[in-house]
Amino acid sequence: MLAQSAGPPIQPRILILACGALAREILAVLAADQLDHIELQCLPASLHNRPHEIPGQVRSALRQARGRYERVFVGYGDCGTGGQLDAVLAEEGAARLPGPHCYAFYSGAEQFAARGDQDMRTFYLTDFLVRQFDVLVIEGLGLDRHPELRDAYFQNYRTVAYLSQIEDPILLSDARHAADRLGLAFEHRHVGYGDLEAALAGL
Amino acid sequence: MAQDDIILADLDDAALVQQMHEDLYDGLKEEIEQGVMILLGRTWTPYKVLTEALVEGMRIVGEDFRDGILFVPEVLMSANAMKAGMKILRPLLVETGAPRVGKMVIGTVKGDIHDIGKNLVAMMLEGAGFEVVDLGINTDVDKFLKAIDEHQPDLLGMSALLTTTMPYMKVVIETLKEKGIRDKISVLVGGAPLNEEFARAIGADAYCRDAAVAVETAKDFIKRKHNQRSGADA
Repeated sequence: MLAQSAGPPIQPRILILACGALAREILAVLAADQLDHIELQCLPASLHNRPHEIPGQVRSALRQARGRYERVFVGYGDCGTGGQLDAVLAEEGAARLPGPHCYAFYSGAEQFAARGDQDMRTFYLTDFLVRQFDVLVIEGLGLDRHPELRDAYFQNYRTVAYLSQIEDPILLSDARHAADRLGLAFEHRHVGYGDLEAALAGL
Repeated sequence: MAQDDIILADLDDAALVQQMHEDLYDGLKEEIEQGVMILLGRTWTPYKVLTEALVEGMRIVGEDFRDGILFVPEVLMSANAMKAGMKILRPLLVETGAPRVGKMVIGTVKGDIHDIGKNLVAMMLEGAGFEVVDLGINTDVDKFLKAIDEHQPDLLGMSALLTTTMPYMKVVIETLKEKGIRDKISVLVGGAPLNEEFARAIGADAYCRDAAVAVETAKDFIKRKHNQRSGADA
């Protein structure tokens, strides 16, 4: 009979399966808090504009990761899936970030919910969306091809609120410029990583 | 042949209507306005122009949207072109007494300002012969109830784009039940985060995944209502 070797201690391994729009921020939090036991895998950020595809892609990625990690945590809010992502997570036994979307968990999901209809006419930008404004907003909505559609999309909005994660004067200036391009007033709220940091620290 | 080379007025009726379908597909507002005026000048009734040139053109746009050939920006350009054509036809349709299929009160629910889909549905319904009472955005239950009381519609349409606002549809439906008027009106719901299951769960009559489906569903409910009436009269 062979003696069983105790071997080296198993490093706890957790996977965060997240929206690509959160990649930079999640890596920043993992590095700052030395959360070396957590790995990050991202799905394309472009799903932001096609939320109906999120539940299926998350399910597929969860199944591929099965058995390779102790746990998989999902770095999405509901993200416009109308509860369909939560249904997938319930079936697959995974949890996700709190709140309906990244604007909420960056702001703090509770505080965001408490604002209620107050921000109804607010169009949100995060650091990611400021960086990707041309690709996801201008090109994503076809405003590069049809600038005359701007009012069809934005006539009911009043303000662009830039929820910044880091304090960067260039991003702030770009966000202000984005608001001008949409013909909306501008507001800056520095919220940092909000609930994201606590959620990752709790894993 | 380049678009610039086509003289719409030189085309016969069939070729002109075909060209208008293509112009609608390409979102060419001025060409649609011109085409509408030419057909009216040829003594086409406003209703015939609406149904054969505009509605049929938008049906093709709707099909290609559903099949993933066209995307939202292109559909919006087509809708703008159709809207320009309807602006010319609307007063004439009232004057000439175009057939009315049914009546719908429609609105984006409380807390939600997104109206692109709702506007498209309203326009397509109007094109299909429905009288549409559009309550706009951020519509609370009182506003829905007041409009239902005032206009006595056959159908109620509710739209939402946000996961956080879609549950309000249930609030409206429950209030209709409390007021004892739920059975008098068919409730159609739509919006990007919705699905069949949600519509069933909140007690709506139907989920409409796009504007074309909304029109077909609305027509279907009107037909059922007429059949029920005929059955009751027999």
